[in-house]
Amino acid sequence: MTPYLQIDQVVKDFGGGAVAVDGVSIDIERGEIFALLGSSGCGKTTLLRMLAGFEQPTSGRIVLNGQDLAGLPPYARPINIMFQSYALFPHLSVWDNIAFGLRREGCAKDETAQRVEAMLKLVQLEKYARRKPHQLSGGQQQRVALARSLAKRPQLLLLDEPLGALDKKLREETQIELVNIIREVGVTCVMVTHDQEEAMTMASRIAVMSEGRILQVGPPSEIYETPATRFVADFIGNVNLMDGRLSTDEPDHVIIDCADCRHLVGHGITGSVGMPLAVALRPEKILLSRQAQEDTRYNCVQATIQERAYFGAYTVYRLQLASGTLLKVSMANTERHPDEALHIGDGVWAHWPGTAQIVLTR
Amino acid sequence: MKTIGSPKLRGASGARWVIGLPYLWLLVFFALPFLIVLRISFSEMDAVRVADIWSYVDGTLSLKLRLANYLFLGEDDLYIRAYLSSLRFAAMTTAGCLLIGYPFAYFMARSSPRRQPLLMMLVMLPFWTSFLLRVYAWKGLLSEGGWVYGLIRATGLDHLLQALHLIETPGMLMNTPFSLLIGMIYTYLPFMILPLYANLSKMDMRLLEAAADLGASPWVAFWRVTVPLSRAGIVAGSMLVFIPCVGEYVTPELLGGPQSLMIGRVLWDEFFGNNDWPLASAIAVVVILLVLLPMAVFNKVQEQAKGRAS
Repeated sequence: MTPYLQIDQVVKDFGGGAVAVDGVSIDIERGEIFALLGSSGCGKTTLLRMLAGFEQPTSGRIVLNGQDLAGLPPYARPINIMFQSYALFPHLSVWDNIAFGLRREGCAKDETAQRVEAMLKLVQLEKYARRKPHQLSGGQQQRVALARSLAKRPQLLLLDEPLGALDKKLREETQIELVNIIREVGVTCVMVTHDQEEAMTMASRIAVMSEGRILQVGPPSEIYETPATRFVADFIGNVNLMDGRLSTDEPDHVIIDCADCRHLVGHGITGSVGMPLAVALRPEKILLSRQAQEDTRYNCVQATIQERAYFGAYTVYRLQLASGTLLKVSMANTERHPDEALHIGDGVWAHWPGTAQIVLTR
Repeated sequence: MKTIGSPKLRGASGARWVIGLPYLWLLVFFALPFLIVLRISFSEMDAVRVADIWSYVDGTLSLKLRLANYLFLGEDDLYIRAYLSSLRFAAMTTAGCLLIGYPFAYFMARSSPRRQPLLMMLVMLPFWTSFLLRVYAWKGLLSEGGWVYGLIRATGLDHLLQALHLIETPGMLMNTPFSLLIGMIYTYLPFMILPLYANLSKMDMRLLEAAADLGASPWVAFWRVTVPLSRAGIVAGSMLVFIPCVGEYVTPELLGGPQSLMIGRVLWDEFFGNNDWPLASAIAVVVILLVLLPMAVFNKVQEQAKGRAS
């Protein structure tokens, strides 16, 4: 079966050396919320603009629901976008903003009214229908923009940094609300964001992009727990990266020698002895204790606390290792007043289970 | 607290001065001259000089307001016809400037930022030559032998102009309403383009993308988004053209001919031909009222629109 939205070998070359989008292929299923995640300049916005029709691909195909979108101008596509800055029409009321698209397709008066009212109800702005955009708060403007882009019942909804213009507290609340509305409507959605938290909480799948290419596609947990490359591991969340070499390859485990410690990794890794590898270790998967564990041969390291940052829910420690490299450790604050608080300058043992490491070959 | 408070106070009195200056300017160069004209309009000619409206004789202060000047404006239909004709020519000039100026300003605002200063120069360049010379130049262009004359004759446009009652006979372009309008539109075009350009170049292009995304073709997006958003520029440009056009004297005098009746020329005749300063002043006062009235109505409408929105 062909996918609902098929992005096939799409290239966008603006000329002048760098290629903005370099041979991207993604298949997206009906009803998915798909996030394009990457830092600025990675090509995610260009890809989104090609979906909307504001840019034409240099080569490659975009097929939506069996229809090749090549050559279709933005106003002829069954796709609507919610802009980063919302781009609400300042001279029109909330009601007229939402009705704009319906009027353009010659929707009957009664039906337009009905659908605008339904949209206002969906985003809980019934009371604000007569207001102009500048009389609304940022959060309300965002909801008008969403209502306007959903009013035409698009086959594909595009979100460009949907919560980028909101402050942190409001952003967290809106993330969930936005997902609920999109799920309620059931529209397939492609969003662009540089905020990994936003991508993780909202999307069913994420594509990590860099320099016009897709590095990895998968559900949020897969991207986080089994990143494919050093770049992805480093880009998503915090990570400690250690370079080492494979020293022992047994059927049920491998041993990797790094500068400060030896890793015993229990999950399915095979390789040749002596091959260079990188071990990625998430800060929250490391435990700290004053006493050494029974077996100090593997998966532990002695260190000194160099920095300590208290975040309320958790505390982040930076440990200095013998080789001089730093190890980031994040500990959940499960007790209000722990018996043995750790302080800067204390010597500690950091240890982790043999399932915590991510072994990277690239 | 003292150290925080004192500079703020000094700032406030400074601000008052800055705000006060334009008022002072208006008082000295607009309000006072207007009051002088108003006073003359209520007086009469006493041989070669204007009689005073105040007199103090035998301990009696008397104020004599002569309304005859104003009443006379209503009696002789020349004045009413001149007023109406002025308003009509001013409106036509404004419409012509808008028709030419809007696409021009739109093109300027949409061209590459590197080319915009050049286009701006082209708009301003005519100001480097004397206004009088430029209007005279049109005389040559529109008279027999001028190349604009030749072009219009060759294309048969003169028959269309005749049908529109802008000229009387196909061979005569000069000293007609047509030549007057050409001159006025040419003169006032920059005053339309500049505010429109300032407005259009500030426009958020993402709004046009939003309109396209919601199904508006470029043409529909222009009428539904660009034009409504440039309303302030259209109004400002139209005011800048319409208001001076109503009282325009030089262009009608040089290009207009006898059929192009305009109040500025009537005013001139009363002042310097008939030497009837009180009547001329009355005409001037009515011109000011005629111009102020639409502005006041417009302001009212704007305020109401704002009031509705909030």
